[in-house]
Amino acid sequence: MTILTFILAGTLAAATPLLLAALGELIVERAGVLNLGIEGMMALGAAVGFVVTYHTHNPVLGFAVAALAGMALSLVFATLALGFMANQVAAGLAIGVLGLGLSSLIGKPLESQTLDAPGKLSIPLLADLPVIGPLFQQDVVVFLTLALAVAIWAVLNHSKLGLIIRAVGENPTAARALGFRVLRIRLFAVAFGGAMAGMAGAYASTIYTPLWADGMIAGRGWIAVALVVFGTWAAGRTAFGALLFGALSLGGLIAQAAGVALPSQLLASLPYAVTILMLAVISSNRRRMRLNTVASLGQPFAG
Amino acid sequence: MAPLLQLSGVSKRYGGVQANSGIDLSVDAGTIHAILGENGAGKSTLMKLIYGVERPDEGQVFWQGGAVALSSPSDARRLGIGMVFQHFSLFETLSVVQNMALIVPGSKTELATRIRDLGAAFGLSVDPQAMVHSLSVGERQRVEIIRCLLLNPKLLILDEPTSVLPPQSVALLFDTLRALRAKGMAILFISHKLEEIRELCDCATILRQGKVTARLDPRQGTAHELATLMIGRPMPPPVHPTPHGLGEERLALSNLTFANEDPFGVSLKDVSLSVRGGEILGIAGISGNGQQELAALISGEIALKSVASAVTLMGQPVGNLGAAARRKRGLAFVPEDRLGRGAVPDMSLADNALLTAHSRGLVQNGFINRKAERAFTADCIARFDVRTAGPQAEAGSLSGGNLQKFIMGREMMLEPSVLLVAQPTWGVDIGAASEIRQRLVAMRNAGAAIVVISEEIDELFEICDRLQVLHKGHLSPSQDVAATSVEQIGTYMIGAAA
Repeated sequence: MTILTFILAGTLAAATPLLLAALGELIVERAGVLNLGIEGMMALGAAVGFVVTYHTHNPVLGFAVAALAGMALSLVFATLALGFMANQVAAGLAIGVLGLGLSSLIGKPLESQTLDAPGKLSIPLLADLPVIGPLFQQDVVVFLTLALAVAIWAVLNHSKLGLIIRAVGENPTAARALGFRVLRIRLFAVAFGGAMAGMAGAYASTIYTPLWADGMIAGRGWIAVALVVFGTWAAGRTAFGALLFGALSLGGLIAQAAGVALPSQLLASLPYAVTILMLAVISSNRRRMRLNTVASLGQPFAG
Repeated sequence: MAPLLQLSGVSKRYGGVQANSGIDLSVDAGTIHAILGENGAGKSTLMKLIYGVERPDEGQVFWQGGAVALSSPSDARRLGIGMVFQHFSLFETLSVVQNMALIVPGSKTELATRIRDLGAAFGLSVDPQAMVHSLSVGERQRVEIIRCLLLNPKLLILDEPTSVLPPQSVALLFDTLRALRAKGMAILFISHKLEEIRELCDCATILRQGKVTARLDPRQGTAHELATLMIGRPMPPPVHPTPHGLGEERLALSNLTFANEDPFGVSLKDVSLSVRGGEILGIAGISGNGQQELAALISGEIALKSVASAVTLMGQPVGNLGAAARRKRGLAFVPEDRLGRGAVPDMSLADNALLTAHSRGLVQNGFINRKAERAFTADCIARFDVRTAGPQAEAGSLSGGNLQKFIMGREMMLEPSVLLVAQPTWGVDIGAASEIRQRLVAMRNAGAAIVVISEEIDELFEICDRLQVLHKGHLSPSQDVAATSVEQIGTYMIGAAA
């Protein structure tokens, strides 16, 4: 397997947990809520998904319960941020810490246990192509996540539901004057984001690296939040950022394996630095930032 | 036949403020009904109750004779009530047709066709595919009206619709409203502009301090009588400029060009003006044509090396200097947003005074002299008739008019050579507005150079010596107030002057 083939084959899987969490957070932020607890929700989803899959040998059930767990935690956040109009930054951070703690607690009995890696799905014909063939041999969640990215792009830009979400995020006062239930719409957005983060965690712990180790989410929730901001709240650019990060993290592994004379810590930090740099360049376009920035992001709304 | 809409004994209270109390109102189909009152008289609250944004504490609303309880704007829309808000409820990052699709059913192609048809029928032309942030204020208002009309309302509410329009567009709007009335629609027209109401409306209900004080046919009374009913005492007499001597040039912009990086902002092109001591220059124009940018360039909030010599104060180039340096050279500035830029809402009046008056002995050796601060503030409160509990009252607790008087007073007490005032009477009641205008004229007579940026043409004609009009970042040549007319200025406001 050549280096290029290795990267092509692995990028999508590496990007999937980021993409799932970032797409969820995208909807949350488009509705005007800043949920900084994504890392904790992913960690909780990872632990719950692993435990359920380990005991039932049913990965679908593991994903479903992980989604519910992420959603439940996000509803605690919603209670604080929407119900009591708490500062969204503080509430998000607190809930994130809670999620990390719960994750350690739930995963503790299964420390270092492993699961069987799930089978892969090959797309006929395309998967047989030379060099890029492995790109089309992936687990089913990868394909579903990509489909979801397209669906979310379509909903945000071409459906009435998307218009309503964007309207609520841009100007909640005007949206309320038109008769939309701002808090209810935001609540649904937050719950959706929580479920997505839970599934992102389950993907990381049951499919990507099917092994339980405490702290395995390792900042990917934060990267997801950063991807949304630097992707200027657009589904396409956010997905691009996730794929870039995935490719770079594999590139780092290859460089280490090839014995590049750089400290491994530096190589491991490279994807974070380069992704942020790339996306910062994208978002340095002031016009694009002004047109896409969610005007009411993070501001509590009464009523 | 029962009236289309009837309110009986409707009251609404916000905290300690009785916004509406025991309001009775009856609106018939095929009429234009004016709701007249000063800022804070309860007009907007009343409209929110009718449109279902708020619910009344007491009283009953009847629609076509039957009692209804409106719990949301969608209820009101279902009955056939449409509302055009004063601060538009449009979404800037969406296109016109997307804004419509939020509340009007139908495919985008159907909607675009209906928008064009309505535009043709009622003189409301607008491009359905345009993004709202690229539209002028007048176009945005058309979008709001069309959005209401798409739902075939029986009653249309317009909240201060003319406050954002140039004179020519007001005439067009009135033609549209008369055409709608002829089709049998009822219109509730909220305004504090008396001449407009006399020109357009069939009947008027006057509100004062949350209560109905009169119901009458506005075509019968004079504007002066209506004003007396509205403010509860005779109108203060207008101040007229008196002849006076002119001093030296104090502030000048010469061929100032400013390229704005903000896609929602306005770029200024080749702007020139000159103000001498002892005169008031008025900058007319509809908001959003570069007023904020012009004010920021004069005040020093925007300072650029490239415009260093294009802005001069007392003959010295200052375009590259910041606001503090320009204030030191004798400039004072009253910005248009009182809360946030003119004053810090959470700070006391005394601390707010300190912010610009620190050079008047309020700071000694780097420490605040609280005694001097309190004395300065108390002096300002007394001299400018600010109604407040005292120097320790929070700025945010004052009414708009009182806070504006305080900020004007603070800047005037600095005895500036040049005073820049943006929208001096926005949201200020008639009494306070007239006091503020008198103060400006008195200051001019004492020899100061004053620039007033305002949307209110009547106000500019009342106090200014010369006028220039800002339109899409261009500033018109200077016009002597005595030699020009509202129509002439209006032509510049819409960019139609040759």
